[in-house]
Amino acid sequence: MTSPANLPEERIGVYVCHCGSNIAGTVDVEDVAQWAAGRLKHRGVVIARDYKFMCSSLGQEMIEKDIKELGLTRVVVAACSPHLHENTFRTACKRAGLNPYLCELVSIREQVSWVHTDKVAATEKSKAVVSGGVERVLWHEPLEPLRVPIHPATLIVGGGIAGIQAALEIADGGSPVYIVEREPSIGGHMAQFDKTFPTLDCAACILTPRMVSVGTHPNITMLTWSEVTKVDGYVGNFTVTVCKKARYVNTDLCNGCAVCQDKCPKKIVDEVFEAGLGYRKAIYTPFAQAVPKFPVIDRENCTYFQKGTCRACEKFCPTGAIDFNQQDETITLQVGNIILATGYDLFDPRRIPHYGYGRLANVFTSLEFERLSNAAGPTNGKIVLRDGVTEPKSVGIIHCVGSRDRNYNNYCSVICCMQGLKFAHLVKERTGATVFNFYIDMRTAAKAYDEFYQRVLEEGTLFIRGRVAEVTDAARLHGEEGKLIIQVEDTLASKQRRIPVDMVILSAGLQPRRDAKAVAKLFGISCSADGWYIEKHPKLDPVATMTEGIFIAGCVQGPKDIPSTVVQGAAAAARVLGRIQQKEIALEPVRASINQDRCSGCRICNNLCPYSAILFHEDRMVSEVNPALCQGCGTCVAACPAGAISGTGFSNEQILAQLEGLLMLNLDGDGRMPVKVREAVAI
Amino acid sequence: MTKYLYYPGCSLETNARAYYISLMAICEPLGLDLEEIHDWNCCGATEYVGISLTPAYALISRNLALAAKQANGTRTVVAPCSACYLNLAKADYYMRESPKLGEKVNKALAAGDLHYTPGSLDVRHLLDVIVHDVGLDAVRRAVVRPLSGLRVAPYLGCMVPRPDYEHRWSNPEYPNELDQVLKALGAEVIDFPLKTHCCGGHMTQIGPPVAYELIRRLIHAASEYQADLMATLCPMCQLNIDAYQGEMNHFFGTYYHMPILFFTQLMGLAFGKEPQELGIGKELVDSRLALARIGVEVPEAEAAPAPRRPRKAKEGLPMPRMPEEKELIR
Amino acid sequence: MTEHEHFEPVIIGFTCNWCSYRAADLAGTARMKYPPNIRLIRLMCSGRLDPTFVLKALSAGADGVMITGCHPGECHYIEQNYKAMRRYQLLKRTLTQMGIEPQRVKLVWASAAEGARLTEEITKLVEEVRALGPLQWPTSLNGHGARPAVETTGAVVSAKEVAA
Repeated sequence: MTSPANLPEERIGVYVCHCGSNIAGTVDVEDVAQWAAGRLKHRGVVIARDYKFMCSSLGQEMIEKDIKELGLTRVVVAACSPHLHENTFRTACKRAGLNPYLCELVSIREQVSWVHTDKVAATEKSKAVVSGGVERVLWHEPLEPLRVPIHPATLIVGGGIAGIQAALEIADGGSPVYIVEREPSIGGHMAQFDKTFPTLDCAACILTPRMVSVGTHPNITMLTWSEVTKVDGYVGNFTVTVCKKARYVNTDLCNGCAVCQDKCPKKIVDEVFEAGLGYRKAIYTPFAQAVPKFPVIDRENCTYFQKGTCRACEKFCPTGAIDFNQQDETITLQVGNIILATGYDLFDPRRIPHYGYGRLANVFTSLEFERLSNAAGPTNGKIVLRDGVTEPKSVGIIHCVGSRDRNYNNYCSVICCMQGLKFAHLVKERTGATVFNFYIDMRTAAKAYDEFYQRVLEEGTLFIRGRVAEVTDAARLHGEEGKLIIQVEDTLASKQRRIPVDMVILSAGLQPRRDAKAVAKLFGISCSADGWYIEKHPKLDPVATMTEGIFIAGCVQGPKDIPSTVVQGAAAAARVLGRIQQKEIALEPVRASINQDRCSGCRICNNLCPYSAILFHEDRMVSEVNPALCQGCGTCVAACPAGAISGTGFSNEQILAQLEGLLMLNLDGDGRMPVKVREAVAI
Repeated sequence: MTKYLYYPGCSLETNARAYYISLMAICEPLGLDLEEIHDWNCCGATEYVGISLTPAYALISRNLALAAKQANGTRTVVAPCSACYLNLAKADYYMRESPKLGEKVNKALAAGDLHYTPGSLDVRHLLDVIVHDVGLDAVRRAVVRPLSGLRVAPYLGCMVPRPDYEHRWSNPEYPNELDQVLKALGAEVIDFPLKTHCCGGHMTQIGPPVAYELIRRLIHAASEYQADLMATLCPMCQLNIDAYQGEMNHFFGTYYHMPILFFTQLMGLAFGKEPQELGIGKELVDSRLALARIGVEVPEAEAAPAPRRPRKAKEGLPMPRMPEEKELIR
Repeated sequence: MTEHEHFEPVIIGFTCNWCSYRAADLAGTARMKYPPNIRLIRLMCSGRLDPTFVLKALSAGADGVMITGCHPGECHYIEQNYKAMRRYQLLKRTLTQMGIEPQRVKLVWASAAEGARLTEEITKLVEEVRALGPLQWPTSLNGHGARPAVETTGAVVSAKEVAA
């Protein structure tokens, strides 16, 4: 057993938490505390206590009191995960005058009591964990947190309602914001919608004022038709590279008159904004209220770019703003924080061929229907079949398409029930058609949502509970000819039913963006198995990520409706504004440093560092770590053949001591576990 | 030539003789080397499993055990009959899932000095092998007489695509593999909405009115789509639609005439074989009229000029873009 | 061997602060169950894992070691898990040369969302090591049948070479 030189002087306090019955239900906490006090006495443990809730004020005061009265020099708390309460106990130590980094929190809840059932084994493992903590803490050093200045600018990726909300909050707070949007205009999915549930206010009417504010705000720089290509640096000081795609329109000259769009001879199906239901030109703004007002030329479809002649837009442009020679531009931004609000993709119902989307003309997706019912959409808000003229007399709305289905996505997409109800109301109001809703469970759990459900029920919409088996045009019974037949098991009536309708709307679920994984990698954050971005804590820190300085807002974190999206946008903004106000942030002082006397100058570490934080001094033939760039991964520490590099917080000594502690090598005599078995098999 | 162990099943020797003849005729152009399992026995069809599980699985597994013993150079068993395929696949799957069942079955097999280790063979349907091993490109290359102008309703029935233990199909509810093969032959393939619906199976014996209704639905839908004929891969389906069409018409007072052929017969035609080499003419609902449309005697039909795409009505809305055919085939 | 029936292996698990340690937390929060034979040590990154740690663990009484990190391409520190992967391959070779079954040391990728996967892998490794029996260091190392003493740092020189 190796010990630090000053072992005799160390006085350690061990505190074992019951966490109510969370830990005490599986671990004999009194036994663990008594054991630590007795068996680890020679390792410097002077006091070991157990307490109902260590994190409570009383629990913390107990530790503070012991530090002062017993002169504790180190503290080990055995409770929950350090990701939860490490800061609580460090702060308690600090209040009592002990350097907070001389406190070690070891987990006997997430890693013992909650995952094991055998009380004896769990108690023994807890002792090992405490023993590991005691050995580790002996090697702790008093540290000061690293203070990093926060650059006041913020980058927001994605110009949907989440990004817009966050941008306005931060800009109104007085800090500069860059908002990067891949499409030619901000607005996102919300700009495509007609009405918003449950109040039925027009989406454009409430969204466009916000878009205009973004466009005119002195603190906001909009970068539309642009994509982030590279992210360097760390919290407080990110360097972000943005590719500004060529618009082929000089925005200094363009006045947004849209003559170019009238004159352009090339008409293309608009797969993005019109969800494939309408057309746009090769030079276009996605919609009339687009912000910014400047159009872009879609190079792949532009006759001039493909065939070399045309230039109609250039000829007719009154201000001479068309510039075919524009090139993609690369811009570098300095920002302190980043908010990702990149939204979602609609589940592609072509993946469920028996629902007929793409095969049967009058099967529509929810997004298509949004465009169909939108007054600014391809039919000016007239709800018609795919022939463009016939009004449907009966409409079936299928819920949970691609959601709550283990063949596709297991999760609930949250918005589809309310969206289905909204569609039912709109169809009824505009066409008087009979509307059927096919649902599995009706989920209307938010303010005024269930009232809306009641309203739609009272309007006479029919509800059939059951997952739809198929949508077919194969008529079987009289009255089915020429209709789409929805085959469904009505689980309330316990009957198979065939419902002939004119139009089917698939309330398709939400999915992570198809490039969500690549974007997560670019920004160094993680995705769940489904592909949604993982928040720091699902309940208490829903907009932060594991990566300091990167926040998430809106559907990128999981399916949600507009109110929740706005809430998250504002929440992320508040987190960022708080950071900016503090002007600097305290970071864990986990950094590598090189003992220059021991460094042989082999340079093995130089190439291992992903942040190029290790400099080599040619003159002295030694390497040195730049603490501003070092992120503390410790790879160089592990690799140094001379053992010259040490990592604060995770030094070789700390890890090896913890290892010995966990294996109970610190006990006298027969302490090794499990004693009998070990002796029986000794060679 | 790729070698496969071949399980013909009883139907192919009797009522689905045409399936057998046509399959043998197309093996060569497709590069299939089918080695018949010696001394195979009946798979038990659909009934035995409903009566007693262990003997049913033992009956099926005897074939697997024989195949495993015979396996030289391949571990893939091909069955063209859908009931045989499903039974063999099912027995292998459930024995894998439930070691207890495996034990019981092997105890029974031991009486005949046989043993089968579940999972040691790949049980696959003929269509799966043609699409995924031979490949559509090879099929296209073998075509000398494209079936241009023949409107075909692809009909799989219920037993091949589901329950899809090994995830071999593009979509078990609505697979498009048969469509792809028929398209590769140059046929005009309708998007047949009932492609995986039930043909009635043995209900023709137990409750004929039920079976007639199921048969009528299929034939009605195919005629609504103006199909010249249906193409199937299942002897049971072929039997029901072919042999019971007359009775069905009598029952409902209808006059449907919907020939149904095995897809292998159509492949043979496209590969330039003569109808008599493919068992065409054995069917009860005459397919001559339908086949006359493509002039089977004429070596190659004049390529018809590509139909002009009708101009879209001005106010019409575009249809969603469907993925390329290749994207759908896994 | 009758002793083996009662044999409870001790496994040391090295976890990455950003993925597998959180996966372990998640397993706890979700009340998933795995055998109590594993004891975890938190590192900042699987790249921090000095192969000496593994040898030290095995020499000091552990019967198996699990090394866990972020999935390839998902490293919190960009690409350090690849370094862990390289070291792991060399380490396995070293272990073989020392006469230790390399199956005792396992590298597992588990993202922060994969509590279930980590649980499964832990359960599997415990069973595998249980089947292997207690780690018996080759007697030739010191001839007395006792575990060889490996000093805390630097004693296993070959491992250092592996580290680079």
